Amino acid sequence: MSTHPKISIRDLHKTFGDNEVLRGLDLDVEEGQSLVVIGGSGTGKSVLIKCVLTLLKPDRGRIAVDGANIARQTDRDRRMMAEKSGMLFQSAALFDSMKVWENVAFRLIYADKKTRQQAREKAIDCLAQVGLAPEIGELTPAELSGGMQKRVGLARAIAADPEILFFDEPTTGLDPIMADVINNLIVERVKALGATAISITHDMASARKIADEIAMLYQGRIIWRGRPDEIENSGNPMVDQFVHGRAEGPIQMQVRRDFRTKS
Amino acid sequence: MNVFASTGRLTIDSVREIGRVANFAFRGGFSWFLGPFYWRAVWSALARIGYASLPVVGLTAIFTGGALALNIYEGSLLPNTEAFLPQILGVSIVRELGPVLAALMVAGRCSSAMAAEIGTMRVTEQIDALSTLSVDPFKYLIAPRILATTIALPLLVLVADIIGVYGGYLVSVYALGFSPEIYVNNLIDFISMEDVTSGLIKATVFGFLISVMGCYYGYTSRGGAGGVGAATRTAVVAAAVSVLASNYFMTSLLVDV
Repeated sequence: MSTHPKISIRDLHKTFGDNEVLRGLDLDVEEGQSLVVIGGSGTGKSVLIKCVLTLLKPDRGRIAVDGANIARQTDRDRRMMAEKSGMLFQSAALFDSMKVWENVAFRLIYADKKTRQQAREKAIDCLAQVGLAPEIGELTPAELSGGMQKRVGLARAIAADPEILFFDEPTTGLDPIMADVINNLIVERVKALGATAISITHDMASARKIADEIAMLYQGRIIWRGRPDEIENSGNPMVDQFVHGRAEGPIQMQVRRDFRTKS
Repeated sequence: MNVFASTGRLTIDSVREIGRVANFAFRGGFSWFLGPFYWRAVWSALARIGYASLPVVGLTAIFTGGALALNIYEGSLLPNTEAFLPQILGVSIVRELGPVLAALMVAGRCSSAMAAEIGTMRVTEQIDALSTLSVDPFKYLIAPRILATTIALPLLVLVADIIGVYGGYLVSVYALGFSPEIYVNNLIDFISMEDVTSGLIKATVFGFLISVMGCYYGYTSRGGAGGVGAATRTAVVAAAVSVLASNYFMTSLLVDV
């Protein structure tokens, strides 16, 4: 039997009120692959990964992870996805009432029922893997800079050795050097875990660095997919416009026309 | 706009909201019976909601007890005020004022704090983060708060009862010059166990309602600082109104008319 992809999404739809965010999206991610989904703000990138993570329920469609459909999001599906995956949130989403090490060890203490001592050792190990000293573990998240918070978020995501990692805009709000540090850490940690990774970003430098493949999301569907070195010559005007960050092009035209008909 | 249409929409929206709150309360209550239990979270909620509310509940009770004694004395036209003042005061505090005032103070203090805390966690994606870390937010955030408030409020009311009656005692003895023995004897003779338990039963229900409102509006808040602000405001109003409304209905059940 041929091996099925780690994640296979078919005909995924999600609507909020009148806003059709996902309109029949298809996407496959092979095991051990790092896929980056690019697209403008509000195109549904976050909605896509929240559907896969069972944080948002799709209206229809199929999301198969290791061959099992999780789109109905039963309690069992949710448990399975939480066990398999780790997520780095855009705002890091650290628990601000806890120390840094407790954040990293959170899953180990509360879900995996490790002793606090064991969990703490693992947390300090994970902090070291993202280049943070053990003393940082004693601080609270509010005392950290944005870049450090992202690193702690990454440490928390990898603490339970997940099979699938999700990164939501990992470099947003960081200076270019810190962004590159985060990109390097992501590449390194994903490789070390042998994990499958799905990232969403609109930062092209980040996308080129962490992607095995890049997919572009536009109007609720994947309109192009290819290797990072192919993206310069994608032959797709919308991808071209996005990659080169031009205001003029098919995407902006669409926005303007919508705006005019509404007003 | 059509009056009938807007009345209808308002009715449907209200019924929907009540349904959602009831569903939330059921889920929150049901989570107590399914593991895993986060005892640490229950314990810290008990400390924050119960123990830390003692000063404000105590102050409310002592001043209310004192003011009530003055009012009863002032309004009394009968000769033996000294004997029936503690009776009226005791029953008023134990059956009505203790539970309601303590619940309103806890509603103001804790349902707002719960809504703000859980709401902030919602808008900063911390609740989503809990789910991705294999921890059910209902069991970790909601159930411990509901359980802690439901346990803490009757205990706070018991304290409020004692302090409120003591406030009445202080005013009777030191301001009105009544005899301490008569106060204590009349109080003990007149107040029954049933008066106290009816107050405590009310308090248990109030505790449940206050925490459900605080948690529900926080959990469902949307859209940044403004959303959390609105959630906090709605939570306090909903908690206070549900305390007062349920108080009437429970009183009418507990009092044989």
